Amino acid sequence: MSTISDPGNAGFRIGMLLSDTRYRSYTFQFIALILLIVGISYLVNNLLANLNELGLNISWAFLQEPAGYDINQRPIQYDSQSTHARASMVGAINTLIVAFLACVTATIFGVIAGVLRLSNNWIVARLMSAYVEAFRNVPVLIWILIIFLAMSNAFPQPRAFRGDNATSSMWLDSVAFTNRGIYIPSFVNEGWQATVFWLVVLASIVGMFAYRRYAKKLLYDTGRLLPMGWPSLAILFVPGLIVYFLLGQPVGLERPELKGFNFQGGVHMRLSLIALWFALAIYTGAFIAENVRAGIQAISKGQTEAAASLGLRPGWIMNLVILPQALRVIIPPLISQYLNITKNSSLAIAVGYMDITGTLGGITLNQTGRAIEAILLLMLFYLIVSLSISAIMNVYNNSVKLKER
Amino acid sequence: MSDVSFVRKDFLEPQDPPARERGAIKWVRENLFNGWLNSILTLLAIYFIYKIVSGAWPWFANGVWNTNNLSECREILDGATGACFSVLQDRWSQMLFGISYPSDGFWRPTLAFVLLFAAAAPVLFSTLPRKLLIASALYPFLAYWLIWGGTIMISIMALVGFAAGYYAFSYMERARGFAAGLAAGVAAAFVVWYLGGFVSGAMPGFIALPEVASRDMGGFMLNMILGTICVSLSLPLGIVLALGRQSDMPIIKGICVVFIEFVRGVPLITLLFVANVVLAYFFPPGTSLDLILRVIIMITMFSSAYIAEVIRGGLAALPRGQYEAADSLGLDYAQATRLIIMPQALKISIPGIVNVAVGLFKDTTLVSVISMFDLVGAIRGPIASSTDWTGIYWEVFGFAALLFFVICYGISQYSQWLERQLATDHR
Amino acid sequence: MADAQTNVDPSAMKVSDEVAITIDGMNKWYGSFHVLRDINLTVQRGERIVICGPSGSGKSTLIRCINALEEHQAGSITVDGTLLSSDLKNIDTIRSEVGMCFQHFNLFPHLTILENCTLAPIWVRKTPKKEAEATAMHFLEKVKIPDQANKYPGQLSGGQQQRVAIARSLCMKPRIMLFDEPTSALDPEMIAEVLDTMIELAQEGMTMLCVTHEMGFARKVANRVIFMDAGQIVEQNEPEAFFTNPQSDRTKLFLSQILGH
Repeated sequence: MSTISDPGNAGFRIGMLLSDTRYRSYTFQFIALILLIVGISYLVNNLLANLNELGLNISWAFLQEPAGYDINQRPIQYDSQSTHARASMVGAINTLIVAFLACVTATIFGVIAGVLRLSNNWIVARLMSAYVEAFRNVPVLIWILIIFLAMSNAFPQPRAFRGDNATSSMWLDSVAFTNRGIYIPSFVNEGWQATVFWLVVLASIVGMFAYRRYAKKLLYDTGRLLPMGWPSLAILFVPGLIVYFLLGQPVGLERPELKGFNFQGGVHMRLSLIALWFALAIYTGAFIAENVRAGIQAISKGQTEAAASLGLRPGWIMNLVILPQALRVIIPPLISQYLNITKNSSLAIAVGYMDITGTLGGITLNQTGRAIEAILLLMLFYLIVSLSISAIMNVYNNSVKLKER
Repeated sequence: MSDVSFVRKDFLEPQDPPARERGAIKWVRENLFNGWLNSILTLLAIYFIYKIVSGAWPWFANGVWNTNNLSECREILDGATGACFSVLQDRWSQMLFGISYPSDGFWRPTLAFVLLFAAAAPVLFSTLPRKLLIASALYPFLAYWLIWGGTIMISIMALVGFAAGYYAFSYMERARGFAAGLAAGVAAAFVVWYLGGFVSGAMPGFIALPEVASRDMGGFMLNMILGTICVSLSLPLGIVLALGRQSDMPIIKGICVVFIEFVRGVPLITLLFVANVVLAYFFPPGTSLDLILRVIIMITMFSSAYIAEVIRGGLAALPRGQYEAADSLGLDYAQATRLIIMPQALKISIPGIVNVAVGLFKDTTLVSVISMFDLVGAIRGPIASSTDWTGIYWEVFGFAALLFFVICYGISQYSQWLERQLATDHR
Repeated sequence: MADAQTNVDPSAMKVSDEVAITIDGMNKWYGSFHVLRDINLTVQRGERIVICGPSGSGKSTLIRCINALEEHQAGSITVDGTLLSSDLKNIDTIRSEVGMCFQHFNLFPHLTILENCTLAPIWVRKTPKKEAEATAMHFLEKVKIPDQANKYPGQLSGGQQQRVAIARSLCMKPRIMLFDEPTSALDPEMIAEVLDTMIELAQEGMTMLCVTHEMGFARKVANRVIFMDAGQIVEQNEPEAFFTNPQSDRTKLFLSQILGH
């Protein structure tokens, strides 16, 4: 073998910074970096000059000061003497609550509408198209406001439930729709028995999946096919019911009751929560429906025909051939819709739902005047949530990619 | 062997299918009532439609169109279901143009709105003569003059600056390459703008319309202004970001990735808060940008990140062979990108870009949260809080929803048409 | 000019003493994979070289290194006296001297045939548009599709597209042409028209390096056949000797597989 030498190994000239492929990209990156640093320092310089002129500074001390305002939905301990940091935390949890509820509901709406839109039932398919188009093409803010205003005008006042000739009555004696919100029953847990009951319920859910896994393994190993449908249902419900009655019904329902001018007991869901939840769910559901439809249509008809020609039954075709492929197409856009829900939940401020935009970015910001700090924290919160969701999506994408090879 | 042989002598005429396979009955049977599940769904759907129509129709049909306030309207209705559309008649100018746009100038934004369609047509439909694109290029300057008023010289000088920049760019690019062309173009444009400032300053009355301040913009007009300006501005920015993200230089790629992911990770509202209360801190002390300009800056940043991601998808979809062919012909990076890569990548990305544009247009309603009086802001502010119309919501929000629906649905139908067009175009 | 389909006498095409390409001790790695091992090759002006070998033998990579589509890590490549280094100017010079045709044509689908052909002359050579169009029409006539000039590549058949790709390269007036499996993506009935064009080109004295498995073409046109395997040049010879009397076992095996049926 002849001597291996670097190609074109000539001496360095200054012109080579631009003309030589080895140095050119370093030159450009260096210039970009310098421009970035100059740009940022210009902005920071302006910021400091402005703050100086106004006699302001950057300080995070306000987070430890008492907030002094009330929050109407408090998932954790909070009162007006709590700190701004605590208020922001309450807001953050409220954001996550409404985002989670909306994600679940939007998925349900979206999957139903997406599947029905492909149905060969003409009228149902048209209805679903109308739903998708109507909601996709109107700003979500308008939907939030319409739903909020419609509910607060259409639902009766709590006092309408009172007296012998009440104009309104509770639904199944346990759910009350009022213009102050919706009251639903809550669980009342009694002692250790309740804990045992919930553990059994949890175990049954795990047990059902374990059974299905076992049945699959048995099929692969021995070729014996166990029934799937009714045993799963039995495992899911029977143990829980048995324990429930054996332990003397340890878990009860607390129904909301009208006391004075308002309902007491149960869970009170404010209209702001319901409107935001429902609007986000139905709006995003329209987008998810399109993703689902595209996902199912992406699986060619040939796949169904190939599976059928192998003798698979329709149910098996769906589970073994269509769904695994369709999910691969559907899930990435689905997760980015979840991201959109989380970001759109910041519109809570329009209906007075106290999410983090309402607390940290709203009242706290206005009371303390710490605009830069508050908005920075606010962005950081959303950024962390978004990046976590994206990270989950990347893990999923990679796992799907591996299966392809 | 002979009993296998067969030759047809009398050919069969086609016959009608059996009665149950024909006409409306067949259609109904196949499309609405095949199987019990479908029958239930059909009945449910029919019931649902009935409920909607029977609820909405009296409300619509009994609508009252000419009263001055809500209580008069309620009196006329006298307890019956009915809409008070008179609010639309009473407050249409606030919903369309905001609260402070001078009423004798309403024709100006209206004309600009109509011309927008004429200007957009050559861009949207490639079958129209290409020369019309010149008219589209003139539109922004004309629209600015119509809406903001002042002397037409401002628009003309801005246009002359762009033209000078373009000619300097194309001349220098042929001679000295892309970077030199860009520098020359920017320099020429700024020189012309600087000089043009004196010219337009010297003749303020030359074909002038009464000036309207930015803070007086409002109503649906504000949504349209924000939507069109921000989409047009974010397109070039998005292209640059997408190219940066696809670059193999780690620092440039890193800067673009951080920007894109940051902007995509936060809600638009937080960026609007920045525009409202923070952005002013980042400009030299003493400069005052009006709110609408700050909002345009932030929304443009926002949508450019999304457009960049769409275009990146288009770039990734191009086969490597295109880059290699450009290289082997001796085209440099700027030439290959401008002549070969971008035209194709943009064509693939059009549906995605249109989706971003529709989304952005809808998101312009968010400016109502930072107390700008766009369509939603005008409804929630001056209309809903006026003593005349307190408590009205279906009529006004329904009208707003309808306006947005017409435009967004139109655009998305266009996008689908274009997608079909491209699908047949491509081989 | 002789009819391309029938007799071509390779010896009638002259080979000058001038050197067109020198490759000296060239090595290339993809990561840690050694794709090209110590390649030494000298091409005279006017030579028609056919490179063959099993897939993955590095033959495409070799010719892609010559116009810097791939970077080599060791050794030197000199094209027409220009040393291929990391200097952009040298790369540009070499790329405008060397034309290339790809397996998948790589025409620009958004430009018409004529625009495909005039693009590089206008932007790289700074030829006035009128002149570039005249040149383009000249070469399109040469590849026998002047009437398609205003169509788009998608409207043409594969064979026509490849002929346009050849014309597009010729418009840059290259002194050397590289062909990277120009017929392997074509339907059988279209291969002949592309080969005819290439033969005509050879008769005009173009220096050609051609990666192909068209052995008929090699016999007819080439004055040298190179067989590559595992990133190295295993055997090279005049076509007649190469096909009738291969020396290396690997060559024999390869020829038996490719000519076997």
